[in-house]
This record gives sequence, structure tokens and C-alpha cells, in this order.
Amino acid sequence: MEQEIALSAREQAELPLLGRLHEWVVTVDHKRLGLMYIGGGLLFFVVAGLQAVMMRLQLAVPDNHLVPPQVFNRFLTMHGTAMVFLVGMPILTGYFNYLVPLMVGARDLAFPRLNSFGFWLWFFGALLLYFSYIGGDGLYGAGSAPDVGWFAYAPLTERAFSRGNSTDYWILSIFLTSVGSTATAVNIITTAFCMRCRGMTLGKMPVVVWLAVVVAFMMLLALPPLSAAQVMLLLDRFAGAHFFDTQAGGSALLWQHFFWIFGHPEVYILVIPVFGFASEIIPVFSRKVIFGYQVMVAASIAIAFISMGVWAHHMFAVGMTPAGNAFFATSTMLVAVPTGIKIFNWIGTIWGGKIRLRVPMLFSLAFLFQFMIAGLTGIMLAVAPFDWQLTDTYFVVAHFHYVLIGAIVFMIFAASYYWFPKATGRMLNERLGQVHFWLFLIGFHLTFDPLHFAGIHGMPRRIYTYQPGRGLEGLNLIASIGAVIQALAVLVFVINVVYSLAWGEEAGPDPWDAWTLEWSTASPPPEYNFAVEPEVYSRRPLWDLKHPDDPDWLYE
Amino acid sequence: MELPESTPRRRARPLRCITRCLVVIGIVAAATCAAASDWGMGAANSRLAPPDMFNPVSTPAYDIETLAWFAIAVCAGIALVVGALLAYSIIRFRSRAGDEEREPPQVYGSNPIEFAWTVVPLLIVFVLILTTARTIYTVEAAIAPPNAIRIRVIGHQWWWEVRYPGLKIVTANEIHVPVSDPAHPTPTFLDLESADVAHSFWVPRLAGKTDVIPNRRNTMWIEPRRPGVYLGQCAEFCGTEHALMLLRVVVEPRAQWDQWVAAQQKTAAASSDRGRRIFESTACVNCHTIKGTVADGRFGPDLTHFMSRETIGSGAAMNTHDNLRIWIKDPAVIKPGALMPRMNLSDADIDAVAGYLESLH
Repeated sequence: MEQEIALSAREQAELPLLGRLHEWVVTVDHKRLGLMYIGGGLLFFVVAGLQAVMMRLQLAVPDNHLVPPQVFNRFLTMHGTAMVFLVGMPILTGYFNYLVPLMVGARDLAFPRLNSFGFWLWFFGALLLYFSYIGGDGLYGAGSAPDVGWFAYAPLTERAFSRGNSTDYWILSIFLTSVGSTATAVNIITTAFCMRCRGMTLGKMPVVVWLAVVVAFMMLLALPPLSAAQVMLLLDRFAGAHFFDTQAGGSALLWQHFFWIFGHPEVYILVIPVFGFASEIIPVFSRKVIFGYQVMVAASIAIAFISMGVWAHHMFAVGMTPAGNAFFATSTMLVAVPTGIKIFNWIGTIWGGKIRLRVPMLFSLAFLFQFMIAGLTGIMLAVAPFDWQLTDTYFVVAHFHYVLIGAIVFMIFAASYYWFPKATGRMLNERLGQVHFWLFLIGFHLTFDPLHFAGIHGMPRRIYTYQPGRGLEGLNLIASIGAVIQALAVLVFVINVVYSLAWGEEAGPDPWDAWTLEWSTASPPPEYNFAVEPEVYSRRPLWDLKHPDDPDWLYE
Repeated sequence: MELPESTPRRRARPLRCITRCLVVIGIVAAATCAAASDWGMGAANSRLAPPDMFNPVSTPAYDIETLAWFAIAVCAGIALVVGALLAYSIIRFRSRAGDEEREPPQVYGSNPIEFAWTVVPLLIVFVLILTTARTIYTVEAAIAPPNAIRIRVIGHQWWWEVRYPGLKIVTANEIHVPVSDPAHPTPTFLDLESADVAHSFWVPRLAGKTDVIPNRRNTMWIEPRRPGVYLGQCAEFCGTEHALMLLRVVVEPRAQWDQWVAAQQKTAAASSDRGRRIFESTACVNCHTIKGTVADGRFGPDLTHFMSRETIGSGAAMNTHDNLRIWIKDPAVIKPGALMPRMNLSDADIDAVAGYLESLH
């Protein structure tokens, strides 16, 4: 066995470039697939991010003619769709792919081939979306990429209003990437339930793995309505069905319900993983065990349950009955309770610790502040009458970018700095990391803090231009400057990754003095992860090893 | 392995970068600004107060504002307390140099504390839910009094059709309503429908937004207390020109509104000049109605009293002679993507048609 492994490692080093690329294409290794998900996600993050910068440049001044309306509408559709399905989902499932087997002491996910299948479905689905820039014209010459918005409200997506094939590319791309995500979900649940190492009861799983399971169940529940709706829309467009075709008696609201039954849980599918990252990183850099492990896990499960019953808070303005509005306002506000518990428990973890302000911790602390603000603006939006004013304005845009960037992207960066040494064997440069953090923090706040006020001043979202004299000029100019600064920060990050891959400091197996199982194996881990199956006695096996006189299992 | 803690000196570096970036971006923005054009809307919009939801002039908007301030106060309070706690714990518990040897005491949790920070948020949420529900019912369950003004607003790609069913008035993009005296309230109730895709009717100073959805009739109401012109805008993405689907609500004293009604109910002056002949012999009549003439199209805005409106292109430009000529020549110059085609008229014909439209008071 040992010999075989040594042999394959030597062969690999000697393979020519093409052979090594081929290795990546045919791989079923969870670590390689995880890295491919993350790498692919970062690629689309840059593309969709540049589209956002173009939109911000167009909106920097009133009555601007830099980007024509239809091109702008394509940007906003592609930016939204890509950031959710081509960036958030793959990066987070990529992390789960990479981390879950390592953290539960397994050698791979339960179904490696299914994992590979899921990745390639996602990959080609993602390409399909951007291929619409080339193929979307169809026979009509009716415009390339989809321009219907990321939630694509019917009947704007029907043949009458969306000619050509752009919307079809949008439908098929989302359908394929959703199937890929379902495969990942099945894999994560099976791995976490059936392949934990000796001694790791469910109550001793790392928080990340718990939250991976929660998210996987949410994917299994939330993605089918989306896929069903996409099929119905495809039938409308090609087979003359009339589900959403209002001109033939279809229902525009039906689409909204289908979409948000998926769409709201989706927000939590994106944010719960980063709760997991925070629950690993904050304890390690505070040098303290997570405060209230059981409550942290229970709160996440509660969020998952409640999030399945809040979708119509996206629809307070569609003319629901007062009882309907009150119900969804109530369920939405209830999310605040478990979310609050999580924030308090993170503070409880920091309290009394010895905080090391390394880059992953900087990002995590910024996450705590920004996520708190995002939660509070979320409560304002849950106040249904207030939402009648705020919905579909830049206030909403600012709110959900506080969640998606202020919380999720910040924590993805934190996780990148934290686990990069594990995946590559080299540290990311600390100094470049600091520059990245401060630039990104300043850019983020310059962009999204003013946009709350633009929304309150009556600026609807998704407008390609606005007129002078409405008090929107200054806010938008600042926001655009911030967007450019954020782009520069991401450039610094890319430079850091490239630089550190080549010349980064050697990391060793456990650079952060951390406590979960992945840090007990080499960096990067060998293909088989662990030479012998580990055995654990507590939630922090490496703490027990490092402190044999004061192990965790005495107290848990 | 432990790198030294970051020092303030190191953080100064990104700040210098940012200053440089700001200068560069400022120059780029100024250059773009210079290239931008303005159809007279800057001056016109500056005359109107910004459509700010915290400066309401009508009953549902007042109710919403009160509730909004309450929600903001609660959230700001929470933000201050939690933010201060977080900031304090970060500053207080930073690891000091030379103190890295020993790990801090490990605390696994505390049932009483965790119980407390579950119950307190629950109580806050409970109060917020009750106040929210009360306002929802006050606004949504209101019943129209018999003397309420009734208006049908129909969303089109990318303009608003406005009908006063009882008064037999059809107009577009500018809604006239009487001011409501609190002693004898005359609220306005709007039925919202769509001719094509989903839109959303939003005049922030008068009320919250209500979606305008095809195959569905939504209702909302306003009760303006102060005369003035209030800016509104479509708030649901509805295609290419969603951004330039604006509307104005003109709130007038009752007597003035009665005059406006009387003027709108008249048919247009029947002149028989060249502009009218050109208008009636081109495709204009397929989409536009001018009462008292053969033009009876329903696809575009009713032009019977065109000159009673301040703007053209649903608020895309001021209704001036120059803008009108540009619009007739090629609407895409002002509103690219607008569904009105270029009519390919000669300059002389454009002048004539503009002259005719300008006679429609």
C-alpha cells in the first residue's frame, strides 16, 4: 500500500503538463474537486464582479451614456445569476467537498464518482450561462445574454417579451447547476452520517460539518421547486404551456411563489456555511473553545426550518391579504432570534480569549459587525409596511450585499486565508493579506453604506440610469468609487494567491495551532487523507493531543 | 511561526493607495459627467422635493413613516448595544505581546446566559410583530368612502395609462388628484392593472409601493394632505426602459382639480392644419388616441390633452419644443428601447406634427 502510493506520487511528478491536466479532469478525489469548485467559483467571481464594476461606472453620474440600457440589463442579470449559482454555491460546496471528509476523518466523500459528475454538470452549466453571449441571439437577432433579472419575473420571460434564446440559456444553466448541487448535498449527508471516524458521535462533529449537513438538507428541499419552475417555464416557451403566460390566463404570481420558495432558503444555503467557517476560525484565533456548541448547532437548524416559511416576504407588495402579510412578517422576524443567538455566542467565544489579529480573524471580525447590521436592516425589511416603501429599492440592494459580501464574501476570504495553507502547503502572504483586508473593507463600506440612503431617497433597483436633481448624485458617485476599490482589493488577493503559491512561506501541517482533524495530516493532505483512521474523544481532538493533562472530553 | 502583530504604520499604506485611487476615479467620473446629457430634467427635478419616504404628505405614508421610525429606533438600539459589546471584547481581549504561551481559560457555554439572550430577542420581536400587524391592517383594510376618487392605472412597457372611470378621462404618466381635507376626507383609490409585464406603482411621499401585475387587479389608496407635485417611478424590473418609467402625481386644491377635470373632459380643438393631416395619415394613429379625431390607437399614451403634461416619454424628458422634435424624430435618442418607432418624417413634417401636438391643450 505505502509503496503503491509512493509510486503513484513519483509518476505524477513526472507526468507532462497535459497528463497532469488530464489527472485533474478524471479525478474523483474530493480535495481536487473541492479546489476545482473553488477555483471555478473565483473565476466567475472576477467576471461577474467586473460586470458589477461596469454597472457602478454607469451609475456613477446621472444620465450617463457609458453602458446602453439593454447591455446594462444583461449585466445585472448575469451578475446576479452568476454570483448566486456560479460563485456562492460552487465556492461553498467546494469548501464542504474539501473539508467534510478531512474533518470527520474519512478518506473521501461517500460517492466520489457522483461528486465528479456533480462538478462537471455545474461546470458546463456555468459555461452555458456565459455562452449565451454568443448563442443567445437565436434566429431573431434579439439580444445575446439574458436581460430579465436574476429572479426573472414572469411574464417578462415569456416568448412575447423575451425573444431569442437568451432566457433558454438562463433556464438550462440554472437547471444543470442545481442538479450538480443536489448531487453534492446527497454526498455530504451520507458522508457525515455514515463515514465518521471512530469516536466521533454526532455530538462531536465539528460545527462546519454540522452546518454542511443542515445546508445539504436545505438544498434537497429548496432546489426542486426551482427546477420545477424552470421546466414549467421551458414548457411555456417551447411547448405552448401557459403556466406563467398571463396573456393566455397564466399566473405571474405562481412564478414568484416558486422562485422565492427556493430563493429565500437559498440565502441561508449561502450564509449558513460561512457561519460554520466563523465557528471554526473565531475560536482558533481567540484561543477558546466555541461558546455553546449545542446551541450553535440548534440555532442553525432552527434558522433552516424557519427559512422554509418566509419566502413571501419578498412579495409584500404584490397585494397579499393583511393576514398573509402579517404571517410572513412574523415568520421573518422570528429568524432574528436564532441568528441573534449565534452572534451572541460568537461574542461569548471572543470574551475572555486572547485574540490574534491575523488576516482570517480580521475578516471574521468584520463579518461579525457587518452581519449584525445586515440582520438589523433585515428586520426593518420584515416590517411589512416599511417594506412597501423599501422593497425593490437600493435599500434592499444594500441590505443583501451586506449579507452576500459583508458576511459571505468576507468569510470566504477568511476561510481562504485560513485553509489555503492546508490545501497548498504554503501560507498566504500576511502583509498582502492586510492590504487586501483594509482595501476591501473600505471599498465595501464606501459602496454599500450610501446605497441604503439612495434607496430611502427613492432610487429603485435595476435602473440603468437616473436623472439629475433628485439628490442621488453624491451617494452614487461614492458607491462607484467604493466598487473600484473593492475590485483593487480582489486584485491584491489574486496577486497574493499567485505569489504565495510560488514563493509563500512553508506552512507545515498545523500553522494556526488549531484543533480539528484536518490539521493532523500533512499540508497538502495526501490523496488518502489519513494513513490510519483517526480516533477522537472530543470535539477538539488536536486540543486533547496538545493538552494531555487538560483534555476536552473531561468537560464536554 | 507567529508573525508580529500588525502595526498602524503598516495600515497607512493602503490608505495612500486609496487616496491615489480617489484622484484617478474623480477624474474619470468628471470626464463621464461632461459627456452626459440632460433633457432639462436636472432643473425640473430639483424643483420637486426628492421622493423621500421620510417626508410623507399622505395618510398611508404617514402611518408607514411612524412605524419605520419605531423599527429604526429598535434596530439602532440593538446595533449600539451589540456593536459596543463586540468592540469592547475585541479591544479588551486582544492578545498582548509575550502573553502567547498560555491558553486562556476554556468556557464551554452557560445555560442561564444563553437562555437570557434567547428570551430578550424574543420579547423584542414580539413587540415588533404586534406594531407591524396593526399598521398592516390599518393600511390594507381601509374601505373606500363613497366620495373617494377612483382611478385605474394601467402599467405598460414603459409608461402609465391613467383612467378616471367615473369622469371619462384618459391621460398618461401624470395623475391629478385633489388634496384631501382631514375634516372631509376625499381619498383616492387606485385600481392597478398591467397590459404586459409586472410593474410596481410607487410614489414614496404618498404611499408604499403596490405591484402592478398582469391578470390581476391590485388596489391601493392615497390621501394627500398638501398640494404639490410628487415624483414616482416604476419599481419592478419590467424590461429595457424600466429606468425611465417615471410618473408624477399632481395634488391640487379641489377647485383647481375641478377645473383640470373640466378641461380634460373636453375634446381637443379640431384644427385642420398640416400637422394634423400628417399625424392622421401616418402610423401615429395606430397607437395614439386624440379624441375628436380619427386617431384611436390604444397601444400608446392618449394625446388628447398632450400639452397639459409636463413631461414626455413617461418622465424621460421635459415637454419642451426641442425635446418634442427630438422625440418625434427618433424616440430612441431620449429613451433607447422605447417601443415607439422612428417615423422617418422630414424636418418640415416634424415641425408640423410638433406644432399640431403643441396645440392640444
